[in-house]
Formats: sequence, C-alpha cells, structure tokens
Amino acid sequence: MAEGVRARVKVPGNATAGESVVIKTLISHPMESGQRKDSDGNIIPRSIIHRFVCDFNGQNVIDVKMEPAISTNPYFEFEATIPESGDMHFTWYDDDGSVYEKTETVTVG
Amino acid sequence: MELTRRGAIALGAGVAATLVLPIRAMASADAAIAEFTGGAEMGEGGLEFITPEIAENGNTVPIEVRAPGATAIAVFATGNPTPKVATFNFGPLAGAQRASTRIRLAGTQDVVAVAKMADGSFVRASNNVKVTIGGCGG
Repeated sequence: MAEGVRARVKVPGNATAGESVVIKTLISHPMESGQRKDSDGNIIPRSIIHRFVCDFNGQNVIDVKMEPAISTNPYFEFEATIPESGDMHFTWYDDDGSVYEKTETVTVG
Repeated sequence: MELTRRGAIALGAGVAATLVLPIRAMASADAAIAEFTGGAEMGEGGLEFITPEIAENGNTVPIEVRAPGATAIAVFATGNPTPKVATFNFGPLAGAQRASTRIRLAGTQDVVAVAKMADGSFVRASNNVKVTIGGCGG
C-alpha cells in the first residue's frame, strides 16, 4: 500500500538552544488491521506502518513500535530538545518494505 | 419447559463459554504486558495516562501518555483482539517523556499504559473507556 502515502510534519523553523519543541506528524495510510473482512467474508490482509522514528542530527528523539490498533492516518505528537541548528529526520516503515521519509530544518538563532 | 439432560449440557457449555471468553482476552493482555515488563512488579504513580471517558467512535480514540523519567511507555487495549497498541521509546533528545496518538478500540474496555523508568522499575496506569461504536470492523 505504497500509493498515495503523504507525510506531513509540523516542526517550528526556529528555536533557542536547548529548547523543547512540540512536533506533530501525520501520515496518510489505511493501516489495514488484518481483522476486517471484505464483502465475500475473506479477511483483508494486514498492511500497516509498524515503526516510526524521529532523529535530530543523528540522535534519537522517539522510536515508536506500532501495532494494528493505531488508527488510520497515524498521528503522533511529542516533544524534542533542540541543542543546535540541524535537520529533523522522520522515517516511517511500512509492512510491505516501503520506507517513507521526511526532513525538516530547525535553525537556532 | 422441561430440562432434559442434553439441554442441561448444552446450557452448561454455553454458560462456560461466555465465562471463559472475557477471561481469555484478559489473559492475552496480561501476557502482552508481561512480555514488556519481563514479569516485573508494577508500581503506581508517575505515569499520567489521558484518555476520553466516552469515545463515540472506536476507530480513532485520542490518547496521551506522560511519564517524566521514563525510557519507554507501552499501551495495551485489554479488550482488543490483539491487545498491543504501541510502544514509545524515548531517545536522548526527547524533550519530554510524552506522546499522544489516536488508537482503535473494539469496544468498551480498560486501556492500560505501562512505563519503564530509567532505574528499570515499571509503573502502570489503567483507564476505562466507553466506546459507542467499535473500531475493528468485521
């Protein structure tokens, strides 16, 4: 299910050194749980994003292990410490092997 | 209605099945929690777990976990077909040991959060969420 997957992240562009900023992420994905049945009664196979990682300049902020109980279009909100200017890197890992990535730059000034 | 021997057995089996089913669901949730804690004792306090009291739509229930000093927080839905929901592992640059997301709940049930603290201890928080429309399809 790699079609139409669009990741959106909300990261402040500026921060003061050592500040804790709120990060919001949303990625469009059906998160098929593997519990649902189609109209013929066949189980629709599981297809979810099973891991989400956020790093800043190579250092880990949060690493989430996701199960089928996460809703469609997974949303996460968390906080990150910004020690210096750099890139915030977001990665989502799909069951089908796809990897979705997004990078945002934060400037400390 | 006369109660025949056959009828009594069928009735007994039905009662037994309704009693066993919820216990089995709880057992798998306990097993999932034990997998996370390694069977360690769980304390109380230090973990804030925010869930709605009533969720109109079980497909998307907002939750938030907050545990200062935790290294990881796991969330379990005891009444779901698969009780594991998510595990948040906090890295060195986590600004606060806090995360929120949206989860699916099959029906009214207890939702449990377990936090692993930096010293290796575990704390547990449990909330009951009433679900109007279940969120597991089928």
